[in-house]
Amino acid sequence: MGVATYIKDKKDAIKEVILQSGIKVKPVYTPDDLEEIGFDYQKDLGDAGEFPFTRSIHPLGFRSRNWTTRQYTGFGTPEETNERFKLMISHGQTGLNVAFDLPTQMGYDSDDEMAEGEVGRVGMAVDSLRDFEIAFKDIQLNRIGSGLTINAVASVMLAMYQSVAEGFGYQKTEISATPQNDILKEIVGRGAWIYPVEPAVRLIGDTIEYAMKELPRCNPVSVCGYHIRESGCTPSQEISYAFMIAFAYIDNVVARGYRAEEFVGSFSFNLNIYGNLWETVAKFRAARKLWAKLLRDRYGVQDKKALFLRGIFGGGGSGMTKQQPENNIMRGAYYALAAALSGAQTTALCSFDEAYTIPTERAALLSLRTFQILMDEIGLRDTVDPLAGSYFMETLTKQMEEKILEEMEKVEKMGGMVEAVASGYVQREVGRQAYEFEKKIQSGEITKVGVNKYTEGVDMEVELHEYNDEWAKLQIDRLRKLRQERDNTAVSRSLKALEQAALKKENVMPYLVDCCKAYATVGEMANVFRDVFGEYREPGIF
Amino acid sequence: MEKRKIRVLLAKPGLDGHDRGAKVVALAMREAGMEVIYTGLHQTVASIVNQAVQEDVDVIGLSIMSGAHIPICSKLMGMIKEQGLDNKLVAVGGVIPNKDVPTLKGMGVQGIFPGGSYFNDIVSFIETHAPGR
Repeated sequence: MGVATYIKDKKDAIKEVILQSGIKVKPVYTPDDLEEIGFDYQKDLGDAGEFPFTRSIHPLGFRSRNWTTRQYTGFGTPEETNERFKLMISHGQTGLNVAFDLPTQMGYDSDDEMAEGEVGRVGMAVDSLRDFEIAFKDIQLNRIGSGLTINAVASVMLAMYQSVAEGFGYQKTEISATPQNDILKEIVGRGAWIYPVEPAVRLIGDTIEYAMKELPRCNPVSVCGYHIRESGCTPSQEISYAFMIAFAYIDNVVARGYRAEEFVGSFSFNLNIYGNLWETVAKFRAARKLWAKLLRDRYGVQDKKALFLRGIFGGGGSGMTKQQPENNIMRGAYYALAAALSGAQTTALCSFDEAYTIPTERAALLSLRTFQILMDEIGLRDTVDPLAGSYFMETLTKQMEEKILEEMEKVEKMGGMVEAVASGYVQREVGRQAYEFEKKIQSGEITKVGVNKYTEGVDMEVELHEYNDEWAKLQIDRLRKLRQERDNTAVSRSLKALEQAALKKENVMPYLVDCCKAYATVGEMANVFRDVFGEYREPGIF
Repeated sequence: MEKRKIRVLLAKPGLDGHDRGAKVVALAMREAGMEVIYTGLHQTVASIVNQAVQEDVDVIGLSIMSGAHIPICSKLMGMIKEQGLDNKLVAVGGVIPNKDVPTLKGMGVQGIFPGGSYFNDIVSFIETHAPGR
């Protein structure tokens, strides 16, 4: 059956349920279970908005503030992306979640040999500030927050976001950007890495330090358990690895002489929803609680707001299937329900066509409507943390907490996340879990409706957002024109200054802003770092 | 003498970094008794062809999730022909819409395994079609 191991007897009754995180679920929970775990309302939950925030970071949950919806958007050219941004905002979307094409994510200009066939394919192509000027035209950057799905060159893109906003007349203090900016999870699970671990983590430290001083409304890092879960780890490992990654970034900035309290409030998380509903809700409740406790105990953080686990809890693509794609609409709705029951502050859903492509307009809109139905029609805004006090949910939350700490301990013993990733341990563990899971799907031990059970039915062809070669030509033309028109002396000067800063291990952010404003290209800036830092090499993990 | 194990080069061409599929397929092939050489991420087509020669593999498997499977396969098949490596069995897996299957087959890509393909199907395809089998 579902995303857990189910052991049945001959009469099809369920004898045993084992969740992915390795927790056994009992058929019935009673007050005795709460007694057994020593459940204490004040200690384990606290009121909503109060330490340890198990229930919610806000006293009134969704009553005081509806969640922010941020469907992933970004296509081909900046012009087309701008149109889609405006369309989604007109339909009630309250934040942007920008998809970049792979050359941009990897720090290559659109006319680079490595970019061939990929320009504008899985997101928007960005070569220079000129592209941002088109993409964000007429978007109120002081009111709409933007998630920037970029990591290896997140520092460049954050600088570019500041540059475009200032060019439009906004103050840097009023803009809100959340670059993903989590390179350790790229190395573990998503693959868009460029530089070796140490300088790559330092770049993240630079953005955090810079945002602390200059961009008070920006969240410079969004730690992504999401992608590690997509790559195959269990729900409890997802949180363990995300926290260990966050600690690696915190330690980098603390080593510069700051206190975690000064900056950790700007951290956010990107976490995954798919699989067992109860395990998911318990995961988020446990995560909120542990994050607050760990920050307090480990780094002495006292400021209440700095202890909040904030972030986007989004429906994961791994749950979606290529077979019978319309089933994904229902899956998405249940994932959204899980997000709502978990008190997600911001949310997004993989759309029903996500197993094929970046969402089409129709699919993205359906996801948005799913959220709106939950919040505006069927009552998910009514009350905070509605599952609190449930014998089962409180027991499971406690068990998840223990599992998360167990996995953290393993990484801790290796010397922390930087070491555990550099050695390939985490990658190996995630790959192993993915393989075991896939074997269970293929053997039918885990049911996937429409894939290995109930497979009869019409398999529909999804309508795809077609890739257009013309985009690449247009983008390359614009880039070449830019290189002729801009003040190339100013560009060289700004790149030289950037190189010096990188060599001297100064914070590179102010230099990147200068480069962006001089219309240096993403490839030029990324290459400065390539020259200074070198490139990452994957450890053999087989 | 024991028959030589089938040697497979499993490659991640281009910039796409989603390697869950490639890694689980590598583990499945290995469990089925094949020798698998995994290239790691961000490989150029030229470097994949080079590794195929150096490692003397029977099979080249590509994993592509970005949607760029047609330009990448077309380039690879061209290069393979140029170098006289036509005897290598080529298979591709990843996000491959049904409508692209005939185009890929037309290029000479013999095995096409979209996401969700069964390990058994992949393994038996290779065991049947690998050169010299």
